[in-house]
Amino acid sequence: MSSPQSSAQLDLFREQIINAAKYKTSLSIEGGGTKSWYGNANHFEKLHTSAYSGILEYQPEELVITACAGTPLKEIEAALDEKNQVLAFEPPHFGHNASFGGAIAAGLAGPGRISVGNLRDFVLGARILDGKGQDLSFGGKVMKNVAGYDVSRLLPGSMGTLSLLLEASVKVLPKPAATTTLRCQISQVRALKLLNEWAGQPLPLSASCWISNANDDGELTIRLAGAAAAVKAAIPLMGVAVNIIELDPKIAKEFWSNLREQNLTAFTNLETDKTLYRLSLPAACGPISIPNMSYDIVLEWHGQQRWIKAPGDEATFATMKEIASSNGGHASRFKQGADVDPAYQRFTQLSEQAHSQSLEIVQTRLRSAFDPAGVFATSRLP
Amino acid sequence: MIHMNMVTPLPDLAAITALQSTLVSALRPILPEHALLWEPEDTIPYECDGLAAYRKMPLAVALPETEEQVAQILKACFALEIPIVPRGSGTGLSGGAMPISQGLVLSLAKLKKIINIDPFTRTAVVQPGVRNLAISEAVAHLGLYYAPDPSSQIACSIGGNVNENSGGVHCLKYGLTLHNVLKVRGILMNGEIVEFGSLAPDSPGLDLLAIVMGSEGMLAVVTEVTVKLIAKPKLARVIMASFDDIEKGANAVAAIIAAGIIPAGLEMMDKATTRAVEEFVHAGYDLEAETILLCESDGTPEEVAEEIERMTKVLEEAGASGIQISQNEAERLQFWSGRKNAFPAAGRLAPDYYCMDGTIPRRNIATLLKRIQGMEKKYGLACLNVFHAGDGNMHPLILFNGADPDEWHRAEEFGTEILEACVELDGTITGEHGVGIEKINSMCVQFGEGERESFWGVKSAFDPEHLLNPDKAIPTLNRCAEYGRMRISGGKLPHPELERF
Repeated sequence: MSSPQSSAQLDLFREQIINAAKYKTSLSIEGGGTKSWYGNANHFEKLHTSAYSGILEYQPEELVITACAGTPLKEIEAALDEKNQVLAFEPPHFGHNASFGGAIAAGLAGPGRISVGNLRDFVLGARILDGKGQDLSFGGKVMKNVAGYDVSRLLPGSMGTLSLLLEASVKVLPKPAATTTLRCQISQVRALKLLNEWAGQPLPLSASCWISNANDDGELTIRLAGAAAAVKAAIPLMGVAVNIIELDPKIAKEFWSNLREQNLTAFTNLETDKTLYRLSLPAACGPISIPNMSYDIVLEWHGQQRWIKAPGDEATFATMKEIASSNGGHASRFKQGADVDPAYQRFTQLSEQAHSQSLEIVQTRLRSAFDPAGVFATSRLP
Repeated sequence: MIHMNMVTPLPDLAAITALQSTLVSALRPILPEHALLWEPEDTIPYECDGLAAYRKMPLAVALPETEEQVAQILKACFALEIPIVPRGSGTGLSGGAMPISQGLVLSLAKLKKIINIDPFTRTAVVQPGVRNLAISEAVAHLGLYYAPDPSSQIACSIGGNVNENSGGVHCLKYGLTLHNVLKVRGILMNGEIVEFGSLAPDSPGLDLLAIVMGSEGMLAVVTEVTVKLIAKPKLARVIMASFDDIEKGANAVAAIIAAGIIPAGLEMMDKATTRAVEEFVHAGYDLEAETILLCESDGTPEEVAEEIERMTKVLEEAGASGIQISQNEAERLQFWSGRKNAFPAAGRLAPDYYCMDGTIPRRNIATLLKRIQGMEKKYGLACLNVFHAGDGNMHPLILFNGADPDEWHRAEEFGTEILEACVELDGTITGEHGVGIEKINSMCVQFGEGERESFWGVKSAFDPEHLLNPDKAIPTLNRCAEYGRMRISGGKLPHPELERF
């Protein structure tokens, strides 16, 4: 960006960073503020990115969009929609003002993640201000690029603890030619088995969600997306396995959007002393059970992402982490009820994972390479 | 000479011999006798990788057979402060595995076991020396395969693929190594075993797997890779379209993408290439066409029929002068045979060829091809152009005679000018072959001092002593300063207007 306005904004960012370094304090980066509850709590001064906004480059035939961090996510999605393209990883907004930079820093992906890949898989390049206020660019605007270490892919999910993201280029995809949503009543064990079997076949399976009901049974919703012929041909193949119905397209669209935004009842009925835990698990992991968990658990990504509501205390989190890690995954406190201690550590730490202890020092050194004075050391992500 | 920094004063021979005997004595207790080489007649096959123009003899070559041996070798070298160059199958094209004369070559070729295949979770755990194609072969009976397919897939190893973040002709649709690897187990230079990524969709902390991918053997030694397997498409068909004009062909590529189609493969060859390969493979290429596009569709028969129809329509509208659609698998392979044999065909036209690997935005394909035509005249050398057009990754093959030092010099200058044009056209100096030793000077053009300093920061985070493949990929400040001085003409750097992106 070279307009006088944006360069003035960059100067302001730089000044704030340099001052923070001088006074040995940290800055908590905020875009639209829709995910401020996510990650470890901190009370540092905020650095607001919303003034640094705008789509810088978008040519649909390049399948790449480049935009400023403060750009509203909905503005980006609207621009893509006009050209029949999408952010295929379906980043959750969690509010009206979600920003592009916030989505990248949070690194979260929606239902499509299981078929298209994670947010970081789509990041092609980034421009940052590091902890010294240096203006640096990594990666680029092309899909294949192995010049230098892939620093731009370190930023997704770093939650503002590495540097200030100014601009990013991400890969976009055409909207699938056809989409359909199917639903059936089925047990968790059966759902996990079927989903993995389907995923091993050349079927256009794009997303899945299983939500348990009070009767120890549950409802499986799956989305097929791809060439019209492929979607059409797949429906009878899946129906063979279970008694399946096709959802009305409008209801289906709302369902997937509510799932992504966690507006389904299974998410919104979080009691004040409970925590919504997120478990990230290998495909092989069967049903898991936690003492005092609520009955309505949600499984996404063919069971690899699970949402469980349970008491918010340290003992429950310890059990959750233990179960996740013994299955080869990890657990986090995604969202806490109002009465749960906000000071709790929200994430599994590297030191708690097998073969990761020595990576803790690598991670510390990496952070200090980009941010020697600890300007971004908010501990929002440990 | 471009690679002037490689000309370092010859170290004292006696000192080298002493260092070699120290190293060999340290490694002998760790390795069986046949797994440690130091006599020149044994180590000479390791003096270079697929970039044969750059050679060096190492102190010794170790061929460990277990992860434990790898860890011990690293610990021993760490203690002796002897640098290590990890090596897979040695098919790399950028000299990433070129030895260091006072260092050890650590070959992972003997770690070639497929440890586990799990059809239910669609994953395979393999050792780094397993060949890329061997994975797909081992799971073919399950209806699965490993998607990234670099041209060297018969020989190249998965460990090498991880270190180069290799692509292939199908990566537009199926992604690079990064998108198809879940977990990497490796050893840091100090001998500690670590795991990057996991079988779960994400891992705690920063995404270190992402930074290890394509790190050219400079951050950790890979000892185990867990790859994602995907369902083998039931059918694949390819369209071969001819264009009487380069620009029309390039525009057709953009038109296919703009139409919302992601082909399984989208490749381009120029006239010089089709003529060269036709003589070699007799695939029936249109020899009058200025450019030929190969567009592949895969999936279920219904899906393929639908996509082939849509692509044909776009290609016709884009002004294709001829369109052929493969009617069976034999014909599909025949259409592809020329593209897959572009390198050996180049080898028949000239004693040597120099393969470039820049990537540019698709819209600049025609511009770059025209510039390359100008460079052919400027340097008096011919160039064949084959492209992964779908993702803008181009492989110009500059033909030259290596026996003539002036021709080699001109070929290098030609290559450097192509790479600088790629940076200027908003692209990158390497799409999939890596920087290695070959493009290390061009890194000074693509990145500014701040970025390069950050790269060293990343390097130091994993390997503070700079013992793991330390002379590759990331140029030092001094190197870039010297390169800058050398390339200054009229007091200005070439392309001072460039954003160093």
